[in-house]
Amino acid sequence: MPENFARFRRSHEFWLLSVILILVVGLSVMTEGFLTLQNLFDLLTSYAFLGILASGLLVVLISGGIDISFTATASIAQYITMLLANKYGLNWFIVFAMASVVGIGLGAINAVLIDRLNISSIIVSIATLNIFYGLLVFITGGKYIYSLPPWFSHGIYWFEYVDADEISYGINLQILALAVMFTLTWLILNRTNIGRQIYVLGGNREAAQRLGFNVFRLNILVYCYMGLTAGVASLIQAQLAQSVAPTVLVGKELDVLAAVVLGGASLAGGVGTVFGTILGLTLLAVMQNGLILLGVSSYYSQFFVGLVILLSVSATALSARRKRKGVMTE
Amino acid sequence: MPTFLELTHISKRFGGVQALADVDLTLESGEVHCLVGENGSGKSTLIKIISGVQPPEAGGKIIIESREYSHLNPVESTRAGIQVIYQDLSLFPNLTVAENIGVGQHLGGFHSVDWNAIRATAKRAMERIGVNLDLDVKVEDLSIANRQLVAICRAMAADAKLVIMDEPTASLTRHEVDALLALVRELKKKGICIVFVSHRLDEVLEVAERVTVLRDGKKVGTYDAKEMNDHKLAVLMTGKEFHYDLAGIDLSARKTVLSTRHLSRKGDYKDISFDLREGEILGITGLLGSGRTELALSLFGMNPPDGGEIHLNGKRLALTSNREAIDNGIAYVSEDRLTLGLVLEQSIASNTIVTILDKLKGFMGLIPQAARQSTVDRWVKDLSIKVSNTNNPVKTLSGGNQQRVVLAKWMATAPRVLILDSPTVGVDISAKDGIYEIVRGLAAKGVAVILISDEIPEVLYHSHRILIMRNGRITGEFEAHKSSEDVLRVAVNA
Repeated sequence: MPENFARFRRSHEFWLLSVILILVVGLSVMTEGFLTLQNLFDLLTSYAFLGILASGLLVVLISGGIDISFTATASIAQYITMLLANKYGLNWFIVFAMASVVGIGLGAINAVLIDRLNISSIIVSIATLNIFYGLLVFITGGKYIYSLPPWFSHGIYWFEYVDADEISYGINLQILALAVMFTLTWLILNRTNIGRQIYVLGGNREAAQRLGFNVFRLNILVYCYMGLTAGVASLIQAQLAQSVAPTVLVGKELDVLAAVVLGGASLAGGVGTVFGTILGLTLLAVMQNGLILLGVSSYYSQFFVGLVILLSVSATALSARRKRKGVMTE
Repeated sequence: MPTFLELTHISKRFGGVQALADVDLTLESGEVHCLVGENGSGKSTLIKIISGVQPPEAGGKIIIESREYSHLNPVESTRAGIQVIYQDLSLFPNLTVAENIGVGQHLGGFHSVDWNAIRATAKRAMERIGVNLDLDVKVEDLSIANRQLVAICRAMAADAKLVIMDEPTASLTRHEVDALLALVRELKKKGICIVFVSHRLDEVLEVAERVTVLRDGKKVGTYDAKEMNDHKLAVLMTGKEFHYDLAGIDLSARKTVLSTRHLSRKGDYKDISFDLREGEILGITGLLGSGRTELALSLFGMNPPDGGEIHLNGKRLALTSNREAIDNGIAYVSEDRLTLGLVLEQSIASNTIVTILDKLKGFMGLIPQAARQSTVDRWVKDLSIKVSNTNNPVKTLSGGNQQRVVLAKWMATAPRVLILDSPTVGVDISAKDGIYEIVRGLAAKGVAVILISDEIPEVLYHSHRILIMRNGRITGEFEAHKSSEDVLRVAVNA
């Protein structure tokens, strides 16, 4: 056990956890509203969208690829699903299934292009982001959907609890979906051979091929999983916003990327954990929320996010360099 | 010994190139078999056919433990017990030792991961060959030698009966090579057949029982390793006789170019005194860590000595940087420079003049095209680099000609002293010979050359005089034409 702890202390996660703790303590002392049940509940609810997408992007990054088209995918999934839900009624199960199918389908397009044409994933996903988004805005004319089915608008609430100020808490749709997707991602990555194959692929693609791993199948799975998370995330976002706007999601992809990279995933592939991603997302959320509570202009918020990413990535690079030197002089 | 694998009439064409022509090969259980040949001789193609990556042409037969195949696929090959350890080891740096060894358990359709089974597999594989590594360490944190052990364990975990190792000693120190060879003997005792594919003939002959030589896609023959030496193998591999001897030329009348007196640097070398004459090739050899490279770097201004003197043409030199050394006419070509010292996408001309851009610089810092072209033409001619157009990218040249471009680049600085540190590591025999030829040509033109190498035949046959270094001191000096490999080997290991 002490050996495991020593290993943990040297990890990226430990470093992140320390920074978050310092921030949390600092913000709790400096602001009134930070460490309240209501604030934490709101944070969880509003960052669930980014979190679900982050779990999908984490899988893509581990495989050694990248995808930035998922916000366009989410917009399309959201729009189609809600359009049909308004028309035909539907229910929870069907809307989630539908959004997932749309997401998986668009993810498959990415996977086929990346694998079969052997184009780098960043290029493919920049192109498909524009194609997906362009088509959506063109076809819908950018029109919002304001009226959602009443059962959808009302949402889901479990274990509801109302405090003295008559504010209610509980497990809502966002928190439930976030928990489910994080758990699912963790299970896939750590408890199934497919998840380990994704690490294998990201660690050394050529060796994976030589050993007989099916790279095409893995690419399909990875980008379709990204699409699935985009589908799920799109619905809980629509539920929270109580509307569907084809133009609001695109642009958030860099926030998601920021959370995953902060969480220790490497763009070179093979590295990253769900726990790290949760911490990365937490750091992002605490930072953005804290700055608002401190009354700092939201423009600065982006500045700080950028700064923290730079610091975090530099710290990782430096410790990697030190480690390499250690190996050399062994 | 029982035959494990038998190949008959194996041929392979890629487009218009006959990579393999009617090759037969038998491998026996429990033997160490060496596969040698120059680049392009068909070694890799043969391995690919055995491992099932490429099918042979129709008519070829592959018999593994008396089962006959017309061709294999990678899964069949693995199932039959064939494992290839590629030069890059094909490991996953991001995963732990245990997972790398047990990675085969991740193959196949969707199933859950049994981490205990993976650890048990890894442990068993390590016990089988008597190595002990921390199962939970990531492979990226291991030394190259330990990574190789992980790769061998992985082959063991897959129940290998035939392990093919591609250039296994290329990036190991002498000590690590010895450990590897001991392990190979261990595998052999367990009845596993090991095939070595290697350039380093001397090491290979230490463990191999039989050697198969390929040349231009054809099998030259299979020989008993005991009857072979590196010279004989070199002749078989290239089909050429090499005449190495630099007949004892009397250099005593030549002017001394470089001399050191009691040169020392704490921890690196001590009390080094020697003279280097015009047109002389001085070989320096010794074990890794004998201080030879550190000494060379000092002569090149990069590792300042803390005692003693360096004289160049009678003048005392106190070098503080390699720029100064270059300005004084000293050039140093390190091991990897000959293979990595080029910008492959750039033109031959640009690569040649890159060391003397400052000298060529004219009006407003621009490079006058006429001066550039005449410099390039001169070196292309002097080093007989075979080019159709000097504006073609370097990568269009053959390996041997690329090395000439590297030398041209250094010769363009007009050095009077050229230091070559292990110039032929990882280079195949014909290309090696090309380098020696150039070096001899440069010496004939009056350049003083220091040739550092840990291959004794290399310094013996390509220098006039040889210095032996050991623990930072010069422990012996030999006239090359009055010495022999055995004499030098004893002196080096004394």
